[in-house]
Amino acid sequence: MNFKLPSLFSRTSKVERNIDDFFDKVVVAGLLFRQAMQLYMHQGICAEFEDKMARVEALESESDQLRREIETELYVHTLIPDLRADVMSLLEDVDVLINLFEAGLFKFHIERPQFPAATLPELSRLLETVCECVELLITSARAFFRDIQAVRDHNCKVQLLETEADKLSTALLRRIFNSELDIAHKVHLRYFVERIDELANTAEDISDRLSIYAIKRRI
Amino acid sequence: MDLSFVFFISSGLFLGWSLGANDAANIFGTAVGSRMLRFSTAALICSVFVVLGAVIDGAGAARTLGSLGGINQIAGAFATALAAALSVFMLVRIGLTASTTQAIVGAIVGWNFFTDSVTDTDTLLTILATWVLCPLLAGLFAVLLSKAVEVGLRRFQPHLLTQDSWTRLALIVTGAFGAYTLGANNIANVMGVFIAVSPFQDLDISSVRVSSTQQLFLLGSLAIAVGVYTYSKGVMLTVGCKLLQVSPVSAWIIVVAHSLVLFLFASQTLERQLINWGLPSIPLVPVSSTQAIVGAVIGIGLLKGGHSVNWRLVGRIGCGWVATPVVAALICTLCLFVLQNLLHLSVAKPQRYVISEAVMDQLQAQGLNTSVLQPLQDIEYSSAQTLVTSAERSLSLSNEKRQTLLHFSYLGDFFLNAHKIGNLDRQWFSQAQWQALNAIAGQRFEYRWQLEEALAVQTLAWQQKPDIPANKYFNQDLQQKLSHLYRIFES
Repeated sequence: MNFKLPSLFSRTSKVERNIDDFFDKVVVAGLLFRQAMQLYMHQGICAEFEDKMARVEALESESDQLRREIETELYVHTLIPDLRADVMSLLEDVDVLINLFEAGLFKFHIERPQFPAATLPELSRLLETVCECVELLITSARAFFRDIQAVRDHNCKVQLLETEADKLSTALLRRIFNSELDIAHKVHLRYFVERIDELANTAEDISDRLSIYAIKRRI
Repeated sequence: MDLSFVFFISSGLFLGWSLGANDAANIFGTAVGSRMLRFSTAALICSVFVVLGAVIDGAGAARTLGSLGGINQIAGAFATALAAALSVFMLVRIGLTASTTQAIVGAIVGWNFFTDSVTDTDTLLTILATWVLCPLLAGLFAVLLSKAVEVGLRRFQPHLLTQDSWTRLALIVTGAFGAYTLGANNIANVMGVFIAVSPFQDLDISSVRVSSTQQLFLLGSLAIAVGVYTYSKGVMLTVGCKLLQVSPVSAWIIVVAHSLVLFLFASQTLERQLINWGLPSIPLVPVSSTQAIVGAVIGIGLLKGGHSVNWRLVGRIGCGWVATPVVAALICTLCLFVLQNLLHLSVAKPQRYVISEAVMDQLQAQGLNTSVLQPLQDIEYSSAQTLVTSAERSLSLSNEKRQTLLHFSYLGDFFLNAHKIGNLDRQWFSQAQWQALNAIAGQRFEYRWQLEEALAVQTLAWQQKPDIPANKYFNQDLQQKLSHLYRIFES
């Protein structure tokens, strides 16, 4: 429901908009990451991949700027004094996800790991699961601000997807290490699989903390 | 300015200061404790609205003179106010929230004891019953409100920051209203008894008239404001975070629950409405805002499972509540002893009780067994206690009968001075009542009931109606007006 706010509340509305914008940027960065990875799997490093990587990089710096603005507003105007620290931690945690998207794309761009064709369907499924997990975490983080009851439901799904991602990454690693590739190649690929899986692990850690913040938010 | 006025009023100002230090915490404690308002902001809002409430609306409450009205000598009022203020100060000093209302009640009991006056045990028992009822009701209201707010928030789902802003605004508005009511209702206890000796003159500033009473109340409310600024922070933190760490929404719920309980026990409008609907009314007694606020905080704590409530502190506060009136009564007795025996000041007007033949007839009409009271006829008693003790040797008296005996046998000198009639608040009386008052101007009466009868003969508007629920409010109002007249016209 939208509240029509008097001008007295304009500062609050601005911070609300900034928080929403911040989450939007993380979601867009996730979508770009997913598209860039699909491009990488099918075309390798191409101009379109580099374009998406540049956009994620720009989003990362914009989200940092927004986070600092929100931080300043919350502390200078002593907004939500009881939950201010929790909100700041949440935003900083979520900011880590966008950093991971950016860093992941950079690593792929620099090191260009060669995944055998047989592993690509599993890698694709892992990427889908991890990205969905992050998206759900953002939905949960948004719910923390409006619909506290929904946080628990979203967090449950985040945990389910993280377990799914763990299973997928283990299966993928097993396939890689059972293959005829030389050991240096195998270790190189393992590093990238673990990097992708780390996104889901981070999302789950954030969802755990979010559950505690949600309990504290109850009146 | 008369030096004795400065001396006597100092205890009133001290009581005002204690009230500010203690009761402001009840209104803004949870807001400051939950960090929604800075202490300086809360203190400013509280002080401004206490002053406004006292100056604008305090005069109305002063008509009934509050609880201290029964004390009829300025030195006695000084001792009573000093005792109440000291007992509140002692608790505030150790950071506990005290009950100003009960400190005053305790001090009055001390005055009654020292001056051989009779304490109205029914009223005292009702007040004691509110010790339990008031925190219980406040806790219950807090739980119900909390549930309602939870449903509302789930339904409307405001953004966390929007909710924060509305809660802050609600805390400020509720707090300001609470401070206004605190000033309006309590200034009579702080300054009411000093009206008679006030050296202030009415002031006309352009078209606004500031009466001497309003100037006196301004002084008292400034003392309350000083109390808020200088000493209320510790108590605010006790209420707002040491007892239970409350969320901003809970902070607001607690203040509203506490205000509802005070409203329930103080609203004549609500009582009248309940009577009109044929429902049982709630006794209008002075309840402690401290007990209401602590009850509401515990209610919220229990709703959350009770683990986060600082039960040790609750126990200490509970002990403080019991100790406050006892300590106030003891200090009052000691002060009165010093004033009377060392400084040779009169702490209570000499009282005379004589059961004349006419009084005997009145008592018989009231259902008292007068045959056993015959030996007491025409004997002058110098205190209420001696009369009651003598009467009870031959007749067992209920509290109501005891009050009747004292009311009818009190011998005074009630002279209806035309000048004093002119100074009465014209708006408070109906047209018929006002005409009746003027019709008997210049007459002199020995007993209160004679004055009451003289007025009743003039018009039905001065006659008590049959004791049925529908007439309760009229009779109460009439009783208040008569008590006011007795006090004003007694020489």
